[in-house]
Amino acid sequence: MPAIVVENLNRTYRVFRKREGLWSSLRGLFKREYNTVHAVRDVNFTIEAGEMVAFLGPNGAGKTTTLKLLSGLIVPSSGTATVLGHVPWKREDVYRRRFSLVTGQKEQLWWDLPAQESFRLHKEIYRIPSAEYERRLTELTDLLEVGRLMSQPVRELSLGERMRMELIAALLHRPDVLFLDEPTIGLDVVSQRRVQEFLKRYQKEQHITVILTSHYMKDVEALCERAIVINKGTVIHDGPLAAIIDRFSRHKIVELQFADGEIPAGLDQFGRVVETKGARVRLQIEKQYVSDSLGSLLARHSVDDISVLERPLEDVIAELFATTSGHDHTGDGHVGN
Amino acid sequence: MSAIDHEHGAQLTWSGELAARLRMKWLVLSTAIEERLVYRGDFAFSTLVRFLPIVTQLFMWNSIYSGDTSQQMRGYTYPDMVSYYLLGMLARAFSSMPGLSTGIAQSIANGSVRKYLIQPVDMLDHLFWHRVAHKLVYYVIAAAPFAFVFWMCREYLPGWPGATLMMAWTASLVMSFLIGFLIEALIGLIAFWFLEVSSLIFIYMMLSYILSGHMIPLEWISPWVPWVQWLPFKYLAYFPVAIILGKIPPEQVWTELSVQAGWIVVLFIANRVVFRLGVRRYSAYGG
Repeated sequence: MPAIVVENLNRTYRVFRKREGLWSSLRGLFKREYNTVHAVRDVNFTIEAGEMVAFLGPNGAGKTTTLKLLSGLIVPSSGTATVLGHVPWKREDVYRRRFSLVTGQKEQLWWDLPAQESFRLHKEIYRIPSAEYERRLTELTDLLEVGRLMSQPVRELSLGERMRMELIAALLHRPDVLFLDEPTIGLDVVSQRRVQEFLKRYQKEQHITVILTSHYMKDVEALCERAIVINKGTVIHDGPLAAIIDRFSRHKIVELQFADGEIPAGLDQFGRVVETKGARVRLQIEKQYVSDSLGSLLARHSVDDISVLERPLEDVIAELFATTSGHDHTGDGHVGN
Repeated sequence: MSAIDHEHGAQLTWSGELAARLRMKWLVLSTAIEERLVYRGDFAFSTLVRFLPIVTQLFMWNSIYSGDTSQQMRGYTYPDMVSYYLLGMLARAFSSMPGLSTGIAQSIANGSVRKYLIQPVDMLDHLFWHRVAHKLVYYVIAAAPFAFVFWMCREYLPGWPGATLMMAWTASLVMSFLIGFLIEALIGLIAFWFLEVSSLIFIYMMLSYILSGHMIPLEWISPWVPWVQWLPFKYLAYFPVAIILGKIPPEQVWTELSVQAGWIVVLFIANRVVFRLGVRRYSAYGG
């Protein structure tokens, strides 16, 4: 049984359009002009229970809007969605006890009190039996290595420590569905990795359903096998993460180590030189010319070592978004009156 | 095997449900008390500073009455006025809600209101117990200064009222706390429609200062504003004071208390309706 089913989901916003200048500001007092922004358009997907899916897309692509819809914060303009059989925007307590939303804004904890006070409150809010609560709390604090910080006021914790506390708050009631909106934003590499490792392990043990949005491809690669790529409110790819590279990258990377100790001239006729280091060079070559180029290169130069690599996911995604999105604005390009 | 079939918050019997709810309220209350105590020094200082204007007020009334303790102004002698002022201050200790409207408005504007929509909690209930905690801590800190001021001014104060009046007075104070909470919460909720409500809150503060009888006795205003007695604001300051000073005929006290309770019901329903509409608008427009 799928945990999340989204069908033809649409969400439009009406935003006030202000033209430049004083005169139009004055006119705006009497006659307001609005633009309709399609933040999410005709989105369809199904996520099975226990899946961990990445939501990828540039800023303003509609990722957060979709998560807000699934958490019941906003109602859709049209379409349907069910999570664990519930319609999220009905905001029934039965549903609210079964999911969690974690955002980079970290707002679940009481700022001036130690995190354990907030956890005790969560115990009552989510009605967790005492023995169960103690067990889960010990388990989560051990996994996240925050035991010694439990009695320190939250405001004295570092960003990474606070994020780990937020995760505990979000997981204490053992939600079946977890929405993670940029959970590692602003964290240093060590904290990022710690959160990644925790999520991976926790998800594997508890089989919870997770949707993750992140700008760090490292997060995504470490955690998710499936990715839904969304841009301008529309799903443009839904499938294995690896398939994104196959599908959207027109290039491969060819790495060559030249035998005579230096890099010959004229390599740019085969492709773009991405990196050089001593006698080693990385060329980005269009897929269909890779074998021809290799033939010519080997005929002309003596080469010690060759490898053909896929481009890093991060680059492919960056390129994909650069070509499909004009500028940084919610649902840009879909403006109408 | 998925965890999807886990039972979450399984249906409880009504007594279990009630116990769970009460436990949560108690925990919000106790956690908020702990939070307040973090800033006890700060809090104590600001409480004491609030007592300073008393001196200037008493001097002001003294010069208005030119020190004449027998002269009457619209039914109030100078000792009456001192009593009115001090008892009014006590009533405001129950009905004033510093930061409530602004706090609600800010959480709507900056999005932290989301927490209450995502978690199975009731925002107004949560804020209410928060406020009870603030008040309890405040009374502990303010009790001594209040006692000191009342003792200093003891010769101006009327004697202890009878047990019945004391009960009526206590009831009116508790209800003034509820009315204060409900009015200010309602104003804060307007932020669902207009993001900038600070000027509205300012206007309310000004109006309630006058219309509650906090500034001057309501008898002095009613010749110009006869409908002032039909508004809920008088329960924020004037009414509890008037009970003690005998300004309300004893047979009317209970009727007035029922009207006050009626206002609580009306304001409570208004809060619920406005909150629902506000959340509906929030999820339709913003989120």
